[in-house]
Amino acid sequence: MAIDVLEADELRTADMSRVEVSKTDTAVEIIGMHKWYGAFHVLRDINLKVMRGERIVIAGPSGSGKSTLIRCINRLEEHQQGQIIVNDVELTNDLKRIDEVRREVGMVFQHFNLFPHLTILQNCTLAPMWVRGIPKAEAEKTAMHFLERVRIPEQANKYPGQLSGGQQQRVAIARSLCMNPRVMLFDEPTSALDPEMIKEVLDTMVSLAEEGMTMIVVTHEMGFASKVANRVIFMDAGQIVEQNEPKEFFANPRHPRTREFLSQII
Amino acid sequence: MYKTSFVRTDMIAPMAPPPSTVGVKGWLHTNLFSTPGNTLLTIVGVMFLLWIVPPLYNFLIGNAVFVADDGAACRIEGAGACWAFIWDRMNFFIYGFYPQDEQWRVNICFALGLALIVPLLWPAAPYKIANAVLFFLVYPVIVLILLRGGSFGLSYVPTESWGGLTVTLIIGLAGIVCSLPLGILLALGRRSELPVIKMLCIAFIELWRAVPLITVLFMASVMLPLFAPQGVTVDKLLRAVIGVTLFEAAYLAEAVRGGLQALPRGQYEAADSLGLNYPKSMGLVILPQALKLTIPGIVNSFISLFKDTSLVSIVGIFDLLNTVQSSQSDLRWGSPHQAVTGYLFAAAVFWVFCFGMSRYSMFMERRLDTGHTR
Ligand SMILES: Nc1ncnc2c1ncn2[C@@H]1O[C@H](COP(=O)(O)OP(=O)(O)OP(=O)(O)O)[C@@H](O)[C@H]1O
Ligand SMILES: [Mg+2]
Repeated sequence: MAIDVLEADELRTADMSRVEVSKTDTAVEIIGMHKWYGAFHVLRDINLKVMRGERIVIAGPSGSGKSTLIRCINRLEEHQQGQIIVNDVELTNDLKRIDEVRREVGMVFQHFNLFPHLTILQNCTLAPMWVRGIPKAEAEKTAMHFLERVRIPEQANKYPGQLSGGQQQRVAIARSLCMNPRVMLFDEPTSALDPEMIKEVLDTMVSLAEEGMTMIVVTHEMGFASKVANRVIFMDAGQIVEQNEPKEFFANPRHPRTREFLSQII
Repeated sequence: MYKTSFVRTDMIAPMAPPPSTVGVKGWLHTNLFSTPGNTLLTIVGVMFLLWIVPPLYNFLIGNAVFVADDGAACRIEGAGACWAFIWDRMNFFIYGFYPQDEQWRVNICFALGLALIVPLLWPAAPYKIANAVLFFLVYPVIVLILLRGGSFGLSYVPTESWGGLTVTLIIGLAGIVCSLPLGILLALGRRSELPVIKMLCIAFIELWRAVPLITVLFMASVMLPLFAPQGVTVDKLLRAVIGVTLFEAAYLAEAVRGGLQALPRGQYEAADSLGLNYPKSMGLVILPQALKLTIPGIVNSFISLFKDTSLVSIVGIFDLLNTVQSSQSDLRWGSPHQAVTGYLFAAAVFWVFCFGMSRYSMFMERRLDTGHTR
């Protein structure tokens, strides 16, 4: 559901410029990173620096490597060359470091991936209790706080299978937030949802952005991008082809691939 | 003329359904005589029942001998099953050669086992963890001390004297309890990213699955002593338990692997992305779901394990089937239907346990169902 750029400009009522972006603190730094699936060179020379509080939207055609890129940031995928440094921890084969990075990086998936055998509340308390060692009562309090923030506290004792897609995705966001992450990754969080549910999820993400969360979002929601992002990154064929502020990006795309892509989705 | 507008003027009151769909007649119609084909099947079925039920009834109940002092009553022309024989040898069927005066020890084990396993299997019962510790860790020790004796002033009873249902339950229960964790570990190992572990698990599983249980039991009773260091003898019963456990673990591993593979990759990724390490993500997220998916397969393995315990009779262990079989040479009860009655009894006992497991697994499946994953 791509929203027209003009309409998106009107949407821009929430003044995101207020939200502070640290000029000194780096949340994620990727330097000269390459990745191959077998012989297939899926990511090529990726260089990206994300400051704390910054909100990055990654766009690009299907198969361009967007998912692969953000999945490298929490090591769901392994890179073969270059460096990825997340919250000052470099990702290597060291399992300890990987866990350390994952504790501080939340991820929201296209298909929610809630744990169907646990209630909503248990979904939200599992990691805080077992990874951070937070006592149950406290973890539940935190979970209820975030479930209220995503506006579904009344569903706490239901199972994921009993919720609508939009509700499930909001629970997935709450589940990540319960770990108190410093960076949030979103991989097409709204593309498995019906149009009416997209808005409720996007609203949740906007309010998260307003609080200064560092976010890296793969999405085709161009309205969201122009409203919330500090930078839009356009990928094609495993490379970063163009990046710019959203206003410039949408008004004056410079690379022909970007222009072609934008003309197709808007 | 064709009209496009319509307004109802009189509302229709509810009416009774047509008589052919309700009551006895309706039931008969929908279930037995709905089509000519079904009518034919119904008739054939009824004829089959008429043919099979009366003789079966006469044999099992009508002409059966329930009370008798010896086989004389069972030898009469036209006599049915010789239940009196079963009743007379019941002690042997349950305890084998366990000394009569010491059988209270077995009874305590039965009672204790029942007292621990019922609350364990009953979902609403409290103190599950304590209960599980008692059943899986403390109970086996108590059983061993009680049955074997030789300490606490109890006389020593070698495992060779154990027998009957007692031994069947010991092998079956020990096999079930030990093979599940082993099978889970093997299934996880087979999916491991470490090539050495993966190869070892595949080799183990494929080796045990490719060998008949009888061979395993023979090898356990003949070969293990050859490899054991001088002076160390591994108990015959223990050897059988180990053989059955390893054999069944290989099957369980494959059942569990099916469940692990059926889980969407997103579940693994979600657990990883939350920072759960391997043991925690397996224990808290993956296995609870995978095991739930594989309940039918797991219980299938349990049932076949329980029935396979009867194979230990060929290495000279007096399990239930072996006690029944050896009672057939009891001339005092010699009669035409002595053997049939014995086997019917053994079959019935196995059936009760296996049917119980099957029903319980269906109950658990329904209970654990939390709706569909999207
Ligand atoms: N496990 C894998 N093995 C081999 N190739 C893969 C694997 N996962 C992805 N690919 C390939 O890598 C490329 C990039 O995939 P990726 O999922 O990152 O694309 P994407 O930009 O997220 O696309 P989409 O918009 O469709 O989600 C695709 O060509 C895909 O076929
Ligand atoms: Mg993708």
